[in-house]
Amino acid sequence: MRRALSKHWYAWTMIAPVVIVIGVIIGYPLARGVYLSMTNADERNVERTIGARTLEATYEFVGFDNYVEVLTGDAFWGRMGWTILWTVSCVTLTFAIGLALANMLNRKVRARALYRVLLILPWGVPAFVSIFAWRLLFNDDGVFNGVLTGGGVEGVTWLEDPTWAKIAVIAVNVWLGVPFMLVATLGALQSIPGELYEAAEMDGAGPWQRFTNITLPSIRTVSSTVILLSTIWTFNMFPVIFLLTQGGPYGSSEILVTEAFNLAFVRSPRDFAGSATWGVLILLILMIFAVFYRRSLRKQGEVW
Amino acid sequence: MTEMPNHATDTGPATPAEATTPGRAVPATPPPGPGGKRVRKRGERGPLASLALHLGLLAAVVVAVFPPFWLLVTSFKPRNEAFGLDLVKDFTTENYTHVLGETAFLTWFGNSVLVVVLTVALGVFIASTTGYALSRFKFPGMRPLLWTLLITQMFPVAVLIVPLYNLMAKFQLLNQPIGLVITYLTIAVPFCAWMMKGFFDTIPISIDESGRVDGLSPFGTFWRLVMPLAKPGIAVTGFYSFVTAWAEVAYASAFMTGEDELTLARGLQTFVNQYTQDWGSMTAAAVLIAVPAALVFGFAQRYLISGMTAGAVKS
Repeated sequence: MRRALSKHWYAWTMIAPVVIVIGVIIGYPLARGVYLSMTNADERNVERTIGARTLEATYEFVGFDNYVEVLTGDAFWGRMGWTILWTVSCVTLTFAIGLALANMLNRKVRARALYRVLLILPWGVPAFVSIFAWRLLFNDDGVFNGVLTGGGVEGVTWLEDPTWAKIAVIAVNVWLGVPFMLVATLGALQSIPGELYEAAEMDGAGPWQRFTNITLPSIRTVSSTVILLSTIWTFNMFPVIFLLTQGGPYGSSEILVTEAFNLAFVRSPRDFAGSATWGVLILLILMIFAVFYRRSLRKQGEVW
Repeated sequence: MTEMPNHATDTGPATPAEATTPGRAVPATPPPGPGGKRVRKRGERGPLASLALHLGLLAAVVVAVFPPFWLLVTSFKPRNEAFGLDLVKDFTTENYTHVLGETAFLTWFGNSVLVVVLTVALGVFIASTTGYALSRFKFPGMRPLLWTLLITQMFPVAVLIVPLYNLMAKFQLLNQPIGLVITYLTIAVPFCAWMMKGFFDTIPISIDESGRVDGLSPFGTFWRLVMPLAKPGIAVTGFYSFVTAWAEVAYASAFMTGEDELTLARGLQTFVNQYTQDWGSMTAAAVLIAVPAALVFGFAQRYLISGMTAGAVKS
């Protein structure tokens, strides 16, 4: 023990700040969140201060009651279905578009640097600002409807129709996500040696064959990482839904994360225990996904 | 940002005639191949392919640029014409004077700046030593720490927001910038530590060794030799912490409620909600929020592109 201390003390000193930060502001709240999900805490029985008086917490431990209630109800599974659809469509579209644009930029083309800067521009604007910009466009009197009515087509109430609202949130999220995908895949594409393509061409491979047999396998490590990241981000994507549609119309575009937020902070009475339960379930879903994703990559011989 | 769209249309279409000769021009016309087809060298495109490429890129640029551009255009329109389709009819800056003079915007701006500066400074500083230790030393507890850093990045807002809210309430930190800083560190620190590890991995270990030979302590080596080389890493993690603190919505909406304590992400929501529809002020405020972010982004951008690949992806 003493030997370990004298050998590793500087490494341990260097990681100490992060370990403390993670323990105190992530570990402890996480444990408390799990505990809260097994209580009946809501705004009327948690510890709170009214004026100068502090009221003691009076909520009780209820075991797995919340989980049973959530998992046997319709609300959770309904939101779950849409969240999966939302995540899959967003990630697929973002990756496809990002990779396509990266491919277009990864060749000799005039004004390439300019194209690149303009294409990653959405990344430089804070997301919530862009979302408000899209709200401006999607507004009933906004540009999209202005163009439609100008062309003699009746305008669409984009954010008030359940189907259009869903399409709108997906479109905005894809718009926000493409720059990251573009940058990540462009970096990967540039590291593919050109000789591979030359050799394939000599062997008579067409463009599509070269793409599927050289490009895609060569960027596997990068693409598997960015797809995992993007899946987690999209699954947890709060601002797009919260700011664009507020989960509407009638809660149809609400994903799991925004619904959990609503339970604790929007709806009244505030249901802290219920929200914590949703939170823990969301975390479990993501971890199960990550484990399976990693395992399937391993099976394909990836050492990631 | 202002003139970008024009820029795009100026240089963009790259008139098909020019676009047919990418890079070096093809000397004369090569003899027509069998079947009358022109023989092209490898990597060259026909004029049609070039045109299609440029059209595709142009379309993407229009989609990427239009929403922020339209926000900018709208901010200079009179309030009651926010939804007009014309570009500039009655140019006015009244939205800006209104937002700056008659709303709490500047207070929110100050709150956000305070939160951002603290988050970036603390986040980057705390994370860098850990990133270095993870990259250079093998020590007991290293793998669990790496896994923890990775897993915490998957944490949905929803799992921490309620317990953090209750804790902040307990310690009277709701409506306090410092409460928000602490919260943002939960997001920034794990990511930054992970990224910094990736960056330090790219710095050759021989540099450390030479430092040790010259008699520097491990801390001295880190601080005087390696940190100055890790500038791109600092830029990327700093940018990430900046974005987190400048643009986070969920925590800011839940924790900050007093009119004078809001941050920008929450404040912007007050212009357009179910009660008011002040699009003029919203667009002006949005532009004012986006400008500092765009500046920081412009500065960090070149590091981001190399950094994304070096730090996150290869690690």
